[in-house]
Amino acid sequence: MAEMNMVEAIRDALDIKMAQDRDVVVFGEDVGYFGGVFRCTAGLQEKYGKDRVFDAPINESGIVGVGIGMATYGLRPCVEVQFADYIYPAYDQIVSEAARLRYRSAGDFTAPITIRTPCGGGIFGGQTHSQSPEALFTHVSGLKTIIPSNPYDAKGLLIAAIEDDDPVVFFEPKRLYNGPFDGHHDRPSKSWAGHPWGDVPQGHYIVPIGKAAIRREGAAVTILAYGTMVYVAEAAVAATGIDAEIIDLRSLVPLDIETIVTSVQKTGRCMIVHEATLTSGFGAELAAQVQERCFYHLEAPIARVTGWDTPYPHAQEWDYFPGPKRVGKVLVAMMEEI
Amino acid sequence: MSEHGPLSFNVPEPMGRPGDEPDFSYLDVPRAGTVRKPPVDVDHQDIRDLARTMIRVLNRDGDAVGEWADPVEDETILHALRSMIRTRAFDERMMTLQRQGKTSFYMKCTGEEAIAIGQQLALAPGDMNFPTYRQQGLLLCQDYPLVDMISQILSNANDPLRGRQLPVMYSSKKHGFFSISGNLGTQYVHAVGWAMASAIKGDTKIATAWIGDGSTAESDFHAALVNASVYKPPVVLNVVNNQWAISSFQGIAGGDSATFAERAHGFGIPSLRVDGNDWIAVYNVSRWAIERARRNLGPTLIEWVTYRVAPHSTSDDPARYRPRKESDAWPLGDPVLRLKNHLIKRGLWSEDRHVQAEAEYAQEVKAATKKAESFGVMGGGSTARDIFDDVYKDMPPHLREQRQKLGV
Repeated sequence: MAEMNMVEAIRDALDIKMAQDRDVVVFGEDVGYFGGVFRCTAGLQEKYGKDRVFDAPINESGIVGVGIGMATYGLRPCVEVQFADYIYPAYDQIVSEAARLRYRSAGDFTAPITIRTPCGGGIFGGQTHSQSPEALFTHVSGLKTIIPSNPYDAKGLLIAAIEDDDPVVFFEPKRLYNGPFDGHHDRPSKSWAGHPWGDVPQGHYIVPIGKAAIRREGAAVTILAYGTMVYVAEAAVAATGIDAEIIDLRSLVPLDIETIVTSVQKTGRCMIVHEATLTSGFGAELAAQVQERCFYHLEAPIARVTGWDTPYPHAQEWDYFPGPKRVGKVLVAMMEEI
Repeated sequence: MSEHGPLSFNVPEPMGRPGDEPDFSYLDVPRAGTVRKPPVDVDHQDIRDLARTMIRVLNRDGDAVGEWADPVEDETILHALRSMIRTRAFDERMMTLQRQGKTSFYMKCTGEEAIAIGQQLALAPGDMNFPTYRQQGLLLCQDYPLVDMISQILSNANDPLRGRQLPVMYSSKKHGFFSISGNLGTQYVHAVGWAMASAIKGDTKIATAWIGDGSTAESDFHAALVNASVYKPPVVLNVVNNQWAISSFQGIAGGDSATFAERAHGFGIPSLRVDGNDWIAVYNVSRWAIERARRNLGPTLIEWVTYRVAPHSTSDDPARYRPRKESDAWPLGDPVLRLKNHLIKRGLWSEDRHVQAEAEYAQEVKAATKKAESFGVMGGGSTARDIFDDVYKDMPPHLREQRQKLGV
């Protein structure tokens, strides 16, 4: 075991895969000599050479498109889009090309590419460094969409993503890079030291894609969350004392619906928490699926606590970002329903 | 009050619209054999003029002349002519098939046959084309099975792509033919990435990218050029300028302001502009660019100047937007006719053999069509089970559930 933050865990995953498999290449804006603006690729160019870790032009469509081309040759590119907010220029390459290549060529060509990108707010990043566009990718057949909430999962899931034969969009909640988040904006992230998920095993392991994790067992309500919101949910549960079960989805597509359904059928209540805007957010999909499968077990309407349907503001981000107070308030209200 | 008058902007118009006389006066056509041939390791700065002029080899008399008239083996050149005749026969038959309601859609490459066939014959096994939808010649000059190709167009039980792709959007890794996308220009970047991968692996294979004049306006064209310029991978970047992107003439893609070949100049990529209706020019310029790539000298951009004789697709009627006789007035002629005349002059071919070859390929395509039709037409014979496979390598639970709901 080693104490690692999420940045180190991601770097460790890349390091392990690059050492194991010469077909793994890493590129993106600033990832080479400098090691990435968040330092996720620090030292990799020095270790593996410029032909396997290199800087890319500021051209997201090119980063992903070049990666797809490499993947069709037989490499395993793991590319970085510097912020999830910058992924839109690459959207066509991801959804029209990477996602469909296997299908449209009936397996003749495949694009096993991993696209890493830091997402989410809570770091005063303004509207272009704070977005959570995961739902846009979950709507696309052929992609896998992953969001880890801690270093252990980040490493295991990233290794699984690189080894996966399908294209994976890998969102990294940057608020969690340096430590877990207690939900209060005026306090810095805590260190991962002493946190169970900051202990990361040495060497190769995977966290299987498509399996959720139960972070806290409880009987009164099921909270579905991922990324940073797992910690907000934990803080809300601690503050209200409500015996909630917290499920960290980890993978949105494929979704571990079994774990969700089992939990909601047990608790009879379901709350969904995400940072992304409400309308057509991934919470809408979760609510629909839970309703379809758990309707007769529900004792209260499914609740969603999310970002507002506005662009991400800079100065008011802490009124935008769902915090323990907002989650707690809804939790209490849900428990008052018969 | 401003001292300036009101501002205006420019919407380019082609030289002729329906009812007008065709006018290609915008096209400067140098005499065959007059454009020099530089060494393959030439600096891009030293051939900037070659992006403005037009490399031509076959003259009016059917002779191959000038520095680009490198000798071509008889066998290769005969194969080329035969493949061009075969491609035309294929296009005619498939057009009929669409008119008979047996397929939903088809796209002919009439007038552009020399380009795909010229370059493919200059490539080596293992090289990869990233084509657009008017390069059927890439497959037709190889040993790709005709029946499979037609089955793809019919989306039937024998369709290698299992009914998932629009007709003509073939895919064959084995034949160096990347899966075609309907989103234009995306494959241009893939070619650069594939070529980089070949270099990363220390391989000797090269990639070719294909795009039309209209699609050079897509961001991915520029994305590919900047990446090719930075990483200098072994890739040949083709621009097929056939003058028309559906109803928009090449000026709407910026072709009036600079040639498409000249766009490479801002990226420091060597570029050439070539008569795309001159098979010998296509083949020899392709060999030059491919050798550059193979010798690790980096990318080359080639603009092939040609004319789309046929409609954009079976869903298009060019009589509504261009002069009816425009294709007859096209100054670079018919590529099949020009190569035929050259071969006759060289004593390798004759009018009789030509007629015979046309009949032979028409018959071959007809027989293959009949065979392909036996597997079904217009999606007939395909199965709903094919919907759910290949979305992912392994079918995830939610897709299994949806497949069960459909009951297949």
